[in-house]
Amino acid sequence: MTDHNAQVHVVEGTNHVIPHHYENAFHEFDASKFGMWLFLVTEILLFGGLFVAYTIFRGLYPEMFHLAHEELNKGLGALNTVVLLFSSLTMALAVGYAQRTERAKSFNMLVITFLCAVTFLVVKFFEYRHKFHEGLLPAKFYTFEGIKHDKAGLFYSLYFMMTGLHGIHVLLGMGCIGWVMWRTKRGDFNKNYFTPVELTGLYWHLVDLIWIFLFPLLYLIG
Amino acid sequence: MSTDYLNAKKGIWSWLTTLDHKRIGIMYLVTTLLFFTTGGILALLIRLEHLTHDKTFFEPDLYNKLFTLHGAIMVFMFIIPNIPAAFGNFLLPIMIGAKDVAFPRLNLISYYVLLAGAALAIASIVVGGVDTGWTFYTPYSIRTGTAVVLMALGVFVMGFSSIFTGLNFVATIHKMRAPGMSFHQMPLFLWSIYATAIIQVVATPVIGITVALLVMERVFGIGFFDPKLGGDPVLFQHFFWFYSHPAVYIMIVPGMGIISEVIPAFSKKTIFGYKPIAYSSLAIAFASFLVWGHHMFVSGQSYLSSLLFSVATIIIGVPTAIKIINWTVTMYKGHVSWETPMLYAMSFIFMFSIGGLTGLFLIALSVDVHLHDTYFVVAHFHYVMMGGTVMAMLAGLHYWWPKMFGKMYPEKLGKFACLLIFIGFNTTFGSQFTLGYLGMPRRYYNYQPRFEPLNQLSTLGSWFIGAGFLITFSYLIWSLFKGQKAPQNPWGAKSLEWEIPSPPPVENFEHEPKITEPYPYGIPAHGGAHD
Repeated sequence: MTDHNAQVHVVEGTNHVIPHHYENAFHEFDASKFGMWLFLVTEILLFGGLFVAYTIFRGLYPEMFHLAHEELNKGLGALNTVVLLFSSLTMALAVGYAQRTERAKSFNMLVITFLCAVTFLVVKFFEYRHKFHEGLLPAKFYTFEGIKHDKAGLFYSLYFMMTGLHGIHVLLGMGCIGWVMWRTKRGDFNKNYFTPVELTGLYWHLVDLIWIFLFPLLYLIG
Repeated sequence: MSTDYLNAKKGIWSWLTTLDHKRIGIMYLVTTLLFFTTGGILALLIRLEHLTHDKTFFEPDLYNKLFTLHGAIMVFMFIIPNIPAAFGNFLLPIMIGAKDVAFPRLNLISYYVLLAGAALAIASIVVGGVDTGWTFYTPYSIRTGTAVVLMALGVFVMGFSSIFTGLNFVATIHKMRAPGMSFHQMPLFLWSIYATAIIQVVATPVIGITVALLVMERVFGIGFFDPKLGGDPVLFQHFFWFYSHPAVYIMIVPGMGIISEVIPAFSKKTIFGYKPIAYSSLAIAFASFLVWGHHMFVSGQSYLSSLLFSVATIIIGVPTAIKIINWTVTMYKGHVSWETPMLYAMSFIFMFSIGGLTGLFLIALSVDVHLHDTYFVVAHFHYVMMGGTVMAMLAGLHYWWPKMFGKMYPEKLGKFACLLIFIGFNTTFGSQFTLGYLGMPRRYYNYQPRFEPLNQLSTLGSWFIGAGFLITFSYLIWSLFKGQKAPQNPWGAKSLEWEIPSPPPVENFEHEPKITEPYPYGIPAHGGAHD
């Protein structure tokens, strides 16, 4: 509020310009992080609709859910859970290194996180391919004959909607991780300015967290 | 002296790429008013069709598309973005003594996201329109051959615009207040914007997933809402109203905020009951999430749920009544003057009270069975949405017009147009209460001949409203070129936006703003009212 001339404030050791309406770098960081948390709230509510649908249909057809989930591959689901949990660890380390201006280590951790995301999607691809092959598809296109329940397609509608929406979030997360990787390589961040790494980290942990709920709800029924 | 925000940079490109909250606010204002005009013309056509009980001008299919578009445009493209995004953007940073919102780039993005969503919705009209009504109820919305997918995608995209705006405003109010500006020093308009923004952030993602599932239902046959595949059509109604009832408060609460600014300014008196008004906004935001089932009393919901939703809805009337009582008491023994904004504020209190009280008829379980899906409901929500929100928008538009553009509007024409709209509105929708009570169902193309006189009265009223808006928009545009130059504070009002020039400079404040108590009008010496 003190200066009106187009005086430019740059964060020490970086080329990041503090936007004119913030008082200092911390003010910007603080507001950005707050905004990110609000965004995560909206993400949870977006998935919330699907979790409600899951709850209602499982209440209506408990035995069908039990029969239908037998066709999912628990091993691959568990593998993906481990991969994502590990990626959350490397993401947290990447943020930590960024905060201490250890750029090379931060970059390496981001690369590992990115590769974990790729692994997750490759595993998911093989799972999906198997389901398509068997005719385990959303309700209207469901053709599998191995489950003795005429509403089993509904379970696979839920399966594809929930893991599909989660998969889109993994892709978006990879975009963000790739972007901060590139900026870390370029040397944009140091202990005074690491907001994008921090926010990407928050987002990635949410993507991980949602999977932590999806895995038992879909793969480990009964 | 820095130049004002309108003249700081020239050319259309400087507007389209601006990060200035004031310019983005003006862009929202112009855009949403264009949508309002479009939706209004559709409304006039609907009323025209009802001039006679049988076919007047349009075929039934076209009529179905007209009312669907009227609803969708007015709800998603006008009333949800209008007051928060246009007035909120312009005023929020100034009122808290800041230079801008927390995330100016997100702010601009949210504007273009709204345009993209609107483009999708308009595309659905081009490829044949939508005939489901704005509520997209399943199973009809799954089976109809019209462009439901495009319209649903449009709603999905516009939802993101609403989320971004809400998120930005919550962060701005928490993190950008000038030193010394506590929550309890903020003008009440901002408490309204804050409560609204919270609803936008928390409720809008749910409509996002709802319309996404509707699209998936049509494209991939997921069966969530299709009984044949094991789904439940009523689940769609639950999802839809879990957003769309709170959305009703996204529409009305910002309007209440405008009224809380206009009434003390034109009564020259401190607002009565600052904290009750402030916290009632938050109470409404909270309770709005607990009442969605009152749209579904005849949808096969259990009696116990209906009873609970009915009680919860009665409770939400309390914070609303608190506001109306406090506004009324604010005027008591004040020096009330009757410029156009105040006339619209009075219209708001009058018509919103009718709208609110008739809502109580509809949430009484037994009465609702008789009135559900009749014109009584149409009249009720138009009294709230148009008699409430649109009147508040017009109050705010005239109140802040001098600040936004530095020009005064012609006062006499303003009062005349207000009178036309007031008379026209009550004629149009007052008659619909009777029609609904007598049993005329909403959305039907034809109606029984005995309803003809009241329908013709309603259509006549709609022409008065149309004339009122035509005059209003004409003199507002005229005033931009020929209007008197506005002083810094034409109304003698006391919030921060009146402490800076009209129109404001780019950086909002030349000097660090002095933060005082809100509404420091004092109480007239002869007055007997206490706060």
